[in-house]
Amino acid sequence: MAERDEAPRLLRRRDFLKTTGVVVASFSIAGKLRAQTQPGGALAVQRGLVSGPPDPNEVDSYIAINADNTATIYSGYVELGQGGPTALLQIAAEELDLDFEQVKSVTADTFVSTNGLTLASRTAAIGGTETRAAAAEARRVLLELASERLDAPVDDLTVARGVVSAGGDPRRSVTYAELVGDRSFNRKFEQFSYNGGIELPRKSADHAIPKRRDGYRIVGTRVPRPDIAEKVRGTYQFVQHVRLPGMLHGRVVWPRGQGAHGISNPAIVSIDESSIKDIPGARIVRRKNLVGVVAEREWDAVRAARQLKVTWEPFAAALPGHEGLFESFRTAETNDLIDTDTGDVNAAVARGTHVISSTYRGPYQSHGTMAPNCAVADVTTDAALIMCSSQALYQMRFGLAQLLSLPVEKIRLQYYAGSNTYGNSCYGEVANAAAVMSQEVGRPVRLQLSREDELGWDNYGPAQLSDLRAAVDANGKLVALDYQAWAHATAWFETASQLALGSPPPTGGFGAGAPGPGGAGLFSVHLSQTDMYDVPNRRIVNHRVAGAGYLRTGALRAPMDPSTFFALEGVMDELAYATKLDPYEFRKRNISHARWLGVLKAATDAAKWTPRIAASELSNARIVTGRGIGLGTHHLPQNQGNRVTFAGAVVDIEVNKETGVVVAKHVYGAMDCGLAINPGIVESQIVGMSVHGTSLALCEEVQFNETNVTSLDWSSYRTLRFGDHPAVTPIVVQQLHEQSSGAGEEVLPAVVAAIGNAFFDATGVRLRQYPLTPSRVLAALGAH
Amino acid sequence: MADELTLEVNSKTTTVTASPETPLLYVLMNDLGLLGPKFGCGLAQCGACSVLVDGVEMRSCITPISAVVGKSVTTLEGLPAYYGARMNVSPAPELHPLQEAMIAEQAAQCGYCFNGQIIKGAELLFRTPEPSEAEIRSAMNGHLCRCGTYPRIMSAIQRASKAIAAKGVGASTEETADG
Repeated sequence: MAERDEAPRLLRRRDFLKTTGVVVASFSIAGKLRAQTQPGGALAVQRGLVSGPPDPNEVDSYIAINADNTATIYSGYVELGQGGPTALLQIAAEELDLDFEQVKSVTADTFVSTNGLTLASRTAAIGGTETRAAAAEARRVLLELASERLDAPVDDLTVARGVVSAGGDPRRSVTYAELVGDRSFNRKFEQFSYNGGIELPRKSADHAIPKRRDGYRIVGTRVPRPDIAEKVRGTYQFVQHVRLPGMLHGRVVWPRGQGAHGISNPAIVSIDESSIKDIPGARIVRRKNLVGVVAEREWDAVRAARQLKVTWEPFAAALPGHEGLFESFRTAETNDLIDTDTGDVNAAVARGTHVISSTYRGPYQSHGTMAPNCAVADVTTDAALIMCSSQALYQMRFGLAQLLSLPVEKIRLQYYAGSNTYGNSCYGEVANAAAVMSQEVGRPVRLQLSREDELGWDNYGPAQLSDLRAAVDANGKLVALDYQAWAHATAWFETASQLALGSPPPTGGFGAGAPGPGGAGLFSVHLSQTDMYDVPNRRIVNHRVAGAGYLRTGALRAPMDPSTFFALEGVMDELAYATKLDPYEFRKRNISHARWLGVLKAATDAAKWTPRIAASELSNARIVTGRGIGLGTHHLPQNQGNRVTFAGAVVDIEVNKETGVVVAKHVYGAMDCGLAINPGIVESQIVGMSVHGTSLALCEEVQFNETNVTSLDWSSYRTLRFGDHPAVTPIVVQQLHEQSSGAGEEVLPAVVAAIGNAFFDATGVRLRQYPLTPSRVLAALGAH
Repeated sequence: MADELTLEVNSKTTTVTASPETPLLYVLMNDLGLLGPKFGCGLAQCGACSVLVDGVEMRSCITPISAVVGKSVTTLEGLPAYYGARMNVSPAPELHPLQEAMIAEQAAQCGYCFNGQIIKGAELLFRTPEPSEAEIRSAMNGHLCRCGTYPRIMSAIQRASKAIAAKGVGASTEETADG
């Protein structure tokens, strides 16, 4: 058997500074952190000597020029598998006049990188803006230095591949490396700042001017993602591959499936230690109600976690069950928050030529990560190193500080990719639990969740009940839209923390929000999800149910947008049908915004849309076909102006009326995300969202009874399989002069909506609850 | 109880000390330090852990090491060499044609499932060098991808099929086709 230390191809630590040429002593073992007493500042952080985040208004916080005339970008934005960091490198290379191959990034590390939040579609929009500003400022410094060195005015300088020349004379040139290689820029500048994702005006007028966009060489091109080749070769190092000397493998032992949040507080009655006595390598680790096992060999930990007999206090039968979920919303006490109330909705409905009143339902859905989350923690008496897949490394330190009783700046987090996450799956859980277990055993612990842990204890994408009323005049122009949404609040406090602290979780919490327009939090319906339609009388009310008694929820890719657009776009189709209008024509009559019309045109052109009234070509065949249209975006807590991304989809489906099976055959997905930094990556995201959206619309639904979640594996939590995937035609609507906005969320709701509408077109029956499972389809068809 | 078992992985003979029922995946990851096969479910439901055993795709997360003693295990790391040997390509290419095609199509997103997608796709191409779309859908149906890259995997398999045919190296598939 190979020794643990002789696993040469598995990663023990990542040498972040290899590319900078800076030699730094090992910083991978947390215990050594205290020996580092260097002064602070951007360079000290960049070199991993002290805790960040570094000053956002210093060039050195973002960029270093290396002795080999390359640049290292210290971005805090992480690779979630969606390609965002590649786009940031393109921006940096563009502004610095370097080739793409001359720019490298380091992975995020709270002792090295800037404070990037890789969530809420921020990478290109905010990270891109920050990177562009910092790189432009760096170039300005370099040109100032070159001007002195070459004794030439800045205006006479040109740059190619990081070589600055004066007056076009190659003999009068100097490289970036000769100017600042391995040294500090030592330049302060005013970085952009944000309030709730809204860019604030800069106070100073003195900043470097970024490049003219019509001269871009790298931005806007299809640079291949550097990580893809590594992933295909099998050399990419996921968090699951991290190994530390002396490390133990861990597993947690949780009760079977999540119970009612805030009510079913898991508590241990007893642990039968003899139940694993036949596995001598395994050891029980416990802090209050957090129990797990550790072992030198991973298989011993797996077996011990399965075998260990833990008696839990029974969960209260407090969940409504997936069958009773939506009715429970309707009968619950609610906090009603008015997002929008313009005109007089009731009067306009009363005057409408055609009025639709419909109720739509969207289920809880899981992140369902391909890889159950994993983390490696090394916690010593006075410091902690945690390698994990968090989207918000700096923010995670605060909860860890509470769990570990350590100062925040003694906690170092390093990012290593897990699989797809699309929001807060259990990466926080596993990092917190690994840290507690490492502290308990005094050795590094690699904690790997099981499939059941991940699907059973997720922060599920919220369920939503939508009551809509909408009316049009005789010309098919919208006169009223009334959106009443029911969903429940949730809390951030996750299972591992709750168990280890032994305290019941707070309820209400995140998403409860304050009353008033735009203030209802992330998990609610907003004006920005409906304002593509010109409606003089509009009301949006969020009926907030308390979170206690429901599943714990969290952000899942385009949070709430799939259920909102399934409902909104369903009602628009119902109105088009009532008015005897083609669904595309109906939308053109009611939308004036050029960019919304642009994505509609792009999707319908690609699909060769032929105008006709929906369900006007019904067939008696066993297998019938239909085509639907849908719009989508990803709403953010505020209605955010230039951070809106516009998406539209046309989907062709087949419905087998005997089996109830719906198959999406082709998705045409169009997206306008402003300046697409890398259209190839945006297309890849459209393909992914089209398939993911199909899975959400047709397959995925969290199953639970009154006590706990029961969909704990890939046969009980169904997802779209290879054999049933649609062909996808992605269309990027490039907007060179618009602000870049998100590209990883917006097609998803459009696809879910379009599938709902395609089902009506195919069958003449409107299914107002997804997923469109065979049993739901057969029930709907049988009722007609 | 731990035993000494001799395994052949990527044409190398290795002795491991482990209990015979240990799933192959954990030995590949932890004893041999391989990065290709990955843990996804431990239930043979997703395909992230797939390897070839005597050329047949198997789920290493549920395959005890005792079951592969005396057999030849190929992981993603060993796939190009295995392809070279089986297709009489000398020297073996740096990458299997399907790996080349996956990069050309920029097929991966998070990439976690791609070990299994490539192993299964390669098994299919050994057996059926020019698969129809229906054959690809059927062969690949047990391999989940949660990023939704199926359409690009489909394109990559079709691209690899063409590349293999163009190189004229499909001749030896018949005698070794066993899956």
